[in-house]
Amino acid sequence: MSKDIKIKKGLDIKLIGEAEQTIENAIISNFYSIKPEDFHSIIPKLVAKEGTHVKAGETLFYNKDNEAMKFVSPVSGEITEVQRGPRRRIDAIKITADKEQTYADFGKFDLNADAEKTKAHLLATGCWAFIKQRPYDVIAKADRTPKAIFVSGYASAPLAADLDFTLAGKEAELQAAITALSKFTDGGVHISVGANSNSPLANLQNAITHKVSGPHPSGNVGTLINKVNPVNKGETVWTVNAQDLVIIGELLLTGKFNAERIIALAGSSVKKPRYFRTKLGSEIATMVYDNGVERDGNDRFISGNVLSGKRVQPDGYLDYYSNVISVIPEGNDYELFGWNKPVFDKVSNTRALTFSWLTPNKKYDLNTNMNGEHRNFVLTGNYEQVFPLDIYPMQILKSCLYKDLDEMEALGMYEVAPEDFALTEFVCVSKQPHQQIIRAGLDLMLEEIG
Amino acid sequence: MGLKQNLHNLREKYKGTKMAPAFNALHTFLYTPNDTAHGGTHIKAADDLKRTMNTVIMALIPCLIFGMFNAGYQHYLAAGEIEAVTSGFFSSEFWTLQNFTLGFWKILPILIISYGVGLGVEFLFAVIKGHEVEEGYLVTGMLVPLIVPIDIPLWMLVVAVIFGVVIGKEVFGGTGMNILNPALTIRAFLFFAYPTWMSGDKVWVEGAVERTKEIANGSTADAISGETILGSLAQSHGVDYSVMDMFYGFIPGSIGETSTLLILLGGLFLVFTKIGSWRIMLSSVIGALVMGYIFNLVVAAGWITDTSKFYGLMSTEFWHHLLIGGMAFGIVYMATDPVTASQTNKGKWIYGFLIGFVSIMIRVFNPAYPEGVMLAILLMNVFAPTIDHYVVQGNVKRRLKRAKIKTA
Repeated sequence: MSKDIKIKKGLDIKLIGEAEQTIENAIISNFYSIKPEDFHSIIPKLVAKEGTHVKAGETLFYNKDNEAMKFVSPVSGEITEVQRGPRRRIDAIKITADKEQTYADFGKFDLNADAEKTKAHLLATGCWAFIKQRPYDVIAKADRTPKAIFVSGYASAPLAADLDFTLAGKEAELQAAITALSKFTDGGVHISVGANSNSPLANLQNAITHKVSGPHPSGNVGTLINKVNPVNKGETVWTVNAQDLVIIGELLLTGKFNAERIIALAGSSVKKPRYFRTKLGSEIATMVYDNGVERDGNDRFISGNVLSGKRVQPDGYLDYYSNVISVIPEGNDYELFGWNKPVFDKVSNTRALTFSWLTPNKKYDLNTNMNGEHRNFVLTGNYEQVFPLDIYPMQILKSCLYKDLDEMEALGMYEVAPEDFALTEFVCVSKQPHQQIIRAGLDLMLEEIG
Repeated sequence: MGLKQNLHNLREKYKGTKMAPAFNALHTFLYTPNDTAHGGTHIKAADDLKRTMNTVIMALIPCLIFGMFNAGYQHYLAAGEIEAVTSGFFSSEFWTLQNFTLGFWKILPILIISYGVGLGVEFLFAVIKGHEVEEGYLVTGMLVPLIVPIDIPLWMLVVAVIFGVVIGKEVFGGTGMNILNPALTIRAFLFFAYPTWMSGDKVWVEGAVERTKEIANGSTADAISGETILGSLAQSHGVDYSVMDMFYGFIPGSIGETSTLLILLGGLFLVFTKIGSWRIMLSSVIGALVMGYIFNLVVAAGWITDTSKFYGLMSTEFWHHLLIGGMAFGIVYMATDPVTASQTNKGKWIYGFLIGFVSIMIRVFNPAYPEGVMLAILLMNVFAPTIDHYVVQGNVKRRLKRAKIKTA
């Protein structure tokens, strides 16, 4: 039932600073930080109090709504601080790592076990955090049965880490994870790989592989879902990031929660963009300065890609789901006659004295400037050019703004995640925050409909 | 640093005050702000609304300049001081300094009033309501001078612009929220409030009104006829302009809408830059041709004869309709206004087709005023949300059907 997916609508934003395919071991970070906000909508119940010592894989906190769902420490060490925000909300749990890492032993898992056992194992070992669901783009509710599971093995976002490279040699782990996941659904585990790629995900058992081609967002998992088996009302699908399959797989095979991950350090501010072997929640300072960015430069650090990543401070941490750190120049400067002079050094999908259509292969050095001011929605038709899903983007955004739940549902809110609206946000002439609008809409639905 | 730094300091000073929108509006004309993306995408495309609007203005400039020459040309031609053009678009009779000077001094005040009053109202509302001054009026302010008769009294324009901006746009919440095209609201206001000024045969050529008054006061000078082609056709007079004259625009009419050639070029520019919707333009043209052709068939079938008052316009060859009156201008610059047009791609086809279709219908059947494109666009502006609703429902139904197949 494999189906090749070719999309035409979209936009490849080519940026300077793609990571060169060499791996360095990052300086081993002493400090790690886990932020509950990475696990959207989860209310954490803290287990590991300040001052306690945890092994890698031991529970830091669990989900208030489902006590079985644990969130575990990526390293062994001492909990040095639990940062709290207003109303005692937990902002971050900081861990000072041991010199010698020790791991909690969950034991080698029998891959022939049934779905219930597998589920319980993943919940207890902290691996459930890697399984997300749609609708709502939150961590999967363990009591639902998904109609299918989707994994994107093709990263098409600008400056994304090349999954063919970062997953190379991990076939065994990937296979173990896919085998385990395939027990949860009758609809199959669908994996997308680049049409011309040499992906270790391409030949796995118990999975359905789709070759995708076309501009970004061809590699977004949302595009895959929409083209293969879109979510209807009352249905659930699960998604897992390809790089997280490795952690799940290793846990199943060895019983160790090994939070190691290969990430890309990319962006035009980085002197030598390349790959690092590091761990979830690591300080980014251990990677970005050596042959990287100027210490007192005017740069934006992003945990994730430049379209959907999170802004972090230079002393910040790699978030739980990212496999790229992007560093681009801040654009906090004025530009004389920026609104009417011909533009050669920025990307645009119009030709309004913008000339990026002349040089489709040029790589750009974009900064974080808004290139204009926030306005009401005015222009129509330009979102559709970069939006391959069978959904009306402007209409659904407006329905989120005026909070009409029936309309949001009818227009396809169950199918989308904020990242699906990253490109429409990029091209938006009115500079509307599309991803925020969608996130707020999803949160509202989650609260009202559940 | 100098200017940039000083302006930055001023901006910081005004931040949060009532005057901030007014200052920012002026400041951003000089400098794109230093705001950076926060939350969401960290990079943004190069286009903003100012650039978009500026592109439309660029497409309008040729029409404006042509309008200036044409104003002079029509005046001197009617007064018998120059000969009619003979050698195509670049005829030396047309492109003279004399023609331009007259038109320039006549049109400049209209342009200044249009922008001055309109932006004044916009600034006022922005300051009162505390939102930024939006760019929509940059285009409206350029459209207005191009769609009024040359001899329009300036006070009338002032009243109309205020009405159009306040009732047409600001009461709905500003650019992006309005239902009717503001420029056409202004035009419609003029049309319904001062019908004798906006129709008839006196206002289209500079000096015609003046001369009529002089004659009434006993002057012996010849009257200047300022009749438009549509006016003649509506009264079943013949037309003494060649097709090429109509295409090039050497005919009386509103200031900037006569040259179909330049409008066509402007339209192509808008389509090329991806700012104007080719779907609307193309489908409007098709709609107009279809309606015009139906009327031709009606005449050919002998149902309407030259005794009918509709004969003149009905028997006009169907494709000539695109060349005369405000049809082309309306299709390219008015119907494509993204805010008031249909917002879905499918909806744009329907919306455009109906504009063309209804324009010609009104043009033929409206006894008082032989031009339909303004009313047709305003009418379809009102219907655009309905069209969109049904297009979007198609998507919604497909989604529901998908769910049903699954559960069945």
